[in-house]
Amino acid sequence: MGKTIVEKIISKHLGEEVKAGDFCVVPVDMLMCHDSTGPLAIKAFREFEKDRVWDPTKVVFVLDHATPSPNERVSGLHDMLRSFAKEQGIQLFDVGEGICHQLVLEKGLVLPGDIALGTDSHTCTYGAVGAFSFGIGSTDASGVLLTGKLWLKVPHTIKLAIDNKLQQGVYPKDLILHIIGLLKSDGADYLCIEFAGECIDDMPMGERMTLCNMAIEAGAKGGIVAPDAKTLEWVRSRSSRSFVPQKSDEDAYFIDVLRIDAAKLEPQVAFPHTVDNVHPITDAIGTPIQQVFIGTCTNGRLEDLKEAAAILGGRRVHKDVRLLVCPASRRILIEATKEGVISSLLEAGATIIPPGCGPCPGTHLGVPGDGENVISTANRNFKGRMGNNKSNIYLASPATCAASAIEGKIADPRKYLH
Amino acid sequence: MSDFSLKGRAHKFGDDINTDYIIAGKYTKTLNLSDLATHLFEDIDPDFYKKVKPGDVVVAGRNFGCGSSREQAPVAIRESGISAVLAKSFARIFFRNAINIGLPALICDTDEINKGDELEIDLEKGIVFNVTRNKEISMEPMPAIMKDILKEGGLVSFLKKHGDFIKKAN
Repeated sequence: MGKTIVEKIISKHLGEEVKAGDFCVVPVDMLMCHDSTGPLAIKAFREFEKDRVWDPTKVVFVLDHATPSPNERVSGLHDMLRSFAKEQGIQLFDVGEGICHQLVLEKGLVLPGDIALGTDSHTCTYGAVGAFSFGIGSTDASGVLLTGKLWLKVPHTIKLAIDNKLQQGVYPKDLILHIIGLLKSDGADYLCIEFAGECIDDMPMGERMTLCNMAIEAGAKGGIVAPDAKTLEWVRSRSSRSFVPQKSDEDAYFIDVLRIDAAKLEPQVAFPHTVDNVHPITDAIGTPIQQVFIGTCTNGRLEDLKEAAAILGGRRVHKDVRLLVCPASRRILIEATKEGVISSLLEAGATIIPPGCGPCPGTHLGVPGDGENVISTANRNFKGRMGNNKSNIYLASPATCAASAIEGKIADPRKYLH
Repeated sequence: MSDFSLKGRAHKFGDDINTDYIIAGKYTKTLNLSDLATHLFEDIDPDFYKKVKPGDVVVAGRNFGCGSSREQAPVAIRESGISAVLAKSFARIFFRNAINIGLPALICDTDEINKGDELEIDLEKGIVFNVTRNKEISMEPMPAIMKDILKEGGLVSFLKKHGDFIKKAN
């Protein structure tokens, strides 16, 4: 019996063969902490009364969740991260650099075959480059800071074979929403999802990130795409560190294999208040919208902003709608500015928010009002997620969000793409 | 946890209680951990923290703690005085986080428990006794490593005692 990509990555790290279901203690290649969960990890680390973390070159801190700081309490937490990073020699990306997951990938800090962890549930995004990556809590992170290791149970893998190509106006966000609608919020609990097939082979790296990012919304430990020529080109242009790419054996055991015909998909919308409450767009058309948000670690990349600008360019945002756009990193903001994407969005009436998590985690920068409906490119629509439990959040692709911003109600983007 | 057993009254919740519901993101930016408790379950049960008596037990359905990796979620539960969480299943990260901070997260058939029931939990034997209904419910056994961490009161105490993970943690 062959092995899955995840079984192979873990076996390689241990120097011994393991299979799904085995418990083991693995060495960690990279640990990311951000301003929301990092302070608790430092607090726990201090309790060990050890001077140094195991390897500062394998740790990265990012300030992204509440940036620029909304109040003095958050400023204190930011300072705590800055001084710990300085003391330990840990690389820190400060306010305005961007969202942790985007930065980790953009800067080439995680490579194929790595075991990478982060104190954020969307750490599974790094599966896009063929790494085994997943979110952990702050105390687990303190254990990694101390030992460089984590105990885990080797997960089984579900293979999702995505055949054919997506139609015009249908995007990876629609595909992953459809998948979460099928699997439901715990359908992949404790499992890894491997995305494969023609549709995935065709996708640029950014689109693979959108898919892997949302694996957690089906409960998955990780989402992963086997590295190919595109992956190698992406990582080699960003890092000179050596790595060992892995892929699942032909005769690997998958706990389940699902086939999806991408060509049959239409745009999808997740209705309030759960991510798995997914409907085809026809069920949503006409729902009034007061705020539109385009950004996040799911859909704040250059191609996402271009997708929105292609629809909004030369048009105006509806008078009753606030359109907030948050590029996922400084690099993306620079490129989008150079390419005229930002001016096109600004002309249409968008408000540009500095790179970071923006309104997604509900701390500041765009908290919706009572009774308002928001359509967002984010990955979560739980009640209260954006800071007000009396608002409703719909999730969709950047194109659907852009079309909805024009009409002031949920709209099908395909009519703007002819 | 001296004798590894607990006693408390049930607060009942449904399926898919996510970590945003347990503690909203806007309240997580603090290291004054007791502050978290006053916002526990605020978005779905605004005055919940006022109803909690020390030792009480949160009883839920499937997939408790799904969503964000925020450890402030189990911390808020622990800080409120809740002694354990029982659920039909837990989301992976919440499950680890709870055990890591010394909050027992236990898997069992929670249909056998109603709001307000008095419960006695024997962690060593893996049994929940519903005193109100005079009914015994068995828990799904916990992986050995998690049981070891929980017995130490959490991962920090575990690592302080052992210095490292043992090589093969089965």
